[in-house]
Amino acid sequence: MLETRGLTAHYGDFQALYGIDTVIAPGETIAIIGANGAGKSSYLKAITGLIRAEPDSVRFEDRPIGALGAANILRLGIAMVPEGRRLFSSLTVEENLLIGSYGRDVAGIWSLDSIYALFPALKERRAVPSHSLSGGEQQMTAIGRALMSNPRVLLCDEISLGLAPIVIRNIYDAMPRIKQNGTSIVLVEQDIAQAMKVADRVYCFQEGRVSLSGRPTELTREQVHLAYFGR
Amino acid sequence: MLDWVDTIIQGVLLGGLYALFAAGLSLIFGIMRLVNLAHGDLIVLAAFAILALATWFGFDPFLAALLAMPAMFAAGFALQHLLLNRTLGRDLLPPLLVTFGISIIIQNGLLEVFTADSRRLGLGAIETASIHLGGNLAIGVMPLLTLGSAIAVILLLNLLFYRTALGRAFRATSDDLEIAQLMGIDHHRIYSIAMGIAMVVATIAALYLGIRANFDPTIGPARLIYAFEAVIIGGLGSLWGTLAGGIFIGLAQTVGAKMNPEWQILAGHIAFLVVVVLRPRGLFPRSVD
Repeated sequence: MLETRGLTAHYGDFQALYGIDTVIAPGETIAIIGANGAGKSSYLKAITGLIRAEPDSVRFEDRPIGALGAANILRLGIAMVPEGRRLFSSLTVEENLLIGSYGRDVAGIWSLDSIYALFPALKERRAVPSHSLSGGEQQMTAIGRALMSNPRVLLCDEISLGLAPIVIRNIYDAMPRIKQNGTSIVLVEQDIAQAMKVADRVYCFQEGRVSLSGRPTELTREQVHLAYFGR
Repeated sequence: MLDWVDTIIQGVLLGGLYALFAAGLSLIFGIMRLVNLAHGDLIVLAAFAILALATWFGFDPFLAALLAMPAMFAAGFALQHLLLNRTLGRDLLPPLLVTFGISIIIQNGLLEVFTADSRRLGLGAIETASIHLGGNLAIGVMPLLTLGSAIAVILLLNLLFYRTALGRAFRATSDDLEIAQLMGIDHHRIYSIAMGIAMVVATIAALYLGIRANFDPTIGPARLIYAFEAVIIGGLGSLWGTLAGGIFIGLAQTVGAKMNPEWQILAGHIAFLVVVVLRPRGLFPRSVD
């Protein structure tokens, strides 16, 4: 469904990714783990068009999309929950959700009502400015905003970062419902245990390269430790 | 005492014109952080467009303005799409230089076509009509219409911003450009639409400028200064603040003129400086920046 082949990414002269090969099948949950600076966020930015890549290095349903801009990538059905939530601060919670379907307003299971059913706390806070929300509520809004486009692939960048364990559990409890209509999920996580628990497959990044990949049940602790931190 | 009441009323009414000058500037700055140095000249360009339609085809200035609006929207959209979008980025200097250049091009183009003669849009008896409030107090119909139009423009822009999907896209783009793109928002198109709308507002400002005062191809920069002052006094990016800023400048000018006719313009600039010193972010800054 979504594939990267020899994906590279640059910030000016600095190269962040060195030939990343990944495959995401329909309905699959993939976890990308790795230390800070391993290239996880750059990988998501390259897929979503925030960093331009070689056209053929990102393929969606066998179509090259690496050179497309972010707005066009969203229209294809690839949505992202960015690191740090990054809600639109001058918009209310409901306006943040509504803007999620601005570029891709297609029929699907996700609407304001179904988002509020997924995260009931947001319904009570629908009219408040997003900057007044707690961290957990902000993360729920960011996930809901991405779901409003009824994406076929949902990319989540560090959704547990800076949140209390109970809030992280609530958010991860929503994942099965997000997957139930066949949506593929790519989770970028530093929390290895959380990632291994929910993912069908794991890719470990180290210094812009894939250092390990496989099913969580097939990987040993030592293998993951070595791939994560290096020798 | 009645004289002072009259002065205050005239100041508020004059503020309506300044708010119209400033509304387009405020809109553009609020959405794309672009300081459009050609804004005053674009108002003058619109005034000449209205004049041309009124003179060449015999249209009433209001009808001519109505006809000029779509043309000015298209011109603003094209200007942003073909030129200004290419200058926007982390460096603030390119858009400043380009809009400064546009200002010079517009002035010289207008001088070439319309000469340096001073012009005015004629509207007949309504230009001098007034409503008597009793005593020696009277309100001019045109100034009242100008203030009413300014309030209507700000109201409509607020409805657009806070009640429509396009308005949400404007605000989202202003808040976080990168994430707005992740929502499928084509920011270049959003900027072009915003510039088109700013030019429609500039056309409304041009109509009242042309009816209430003489204009020639070189008066744009002076109008730009009033617009800047109104935007900064009101608080950058705040539309209601821009209306308040315009009224503030208008009041300062009429009060200054009341004390000494030579102080009119100076009083407006001094009031602006006082506000900048006391409230650097303006009287009504946006709560979230």
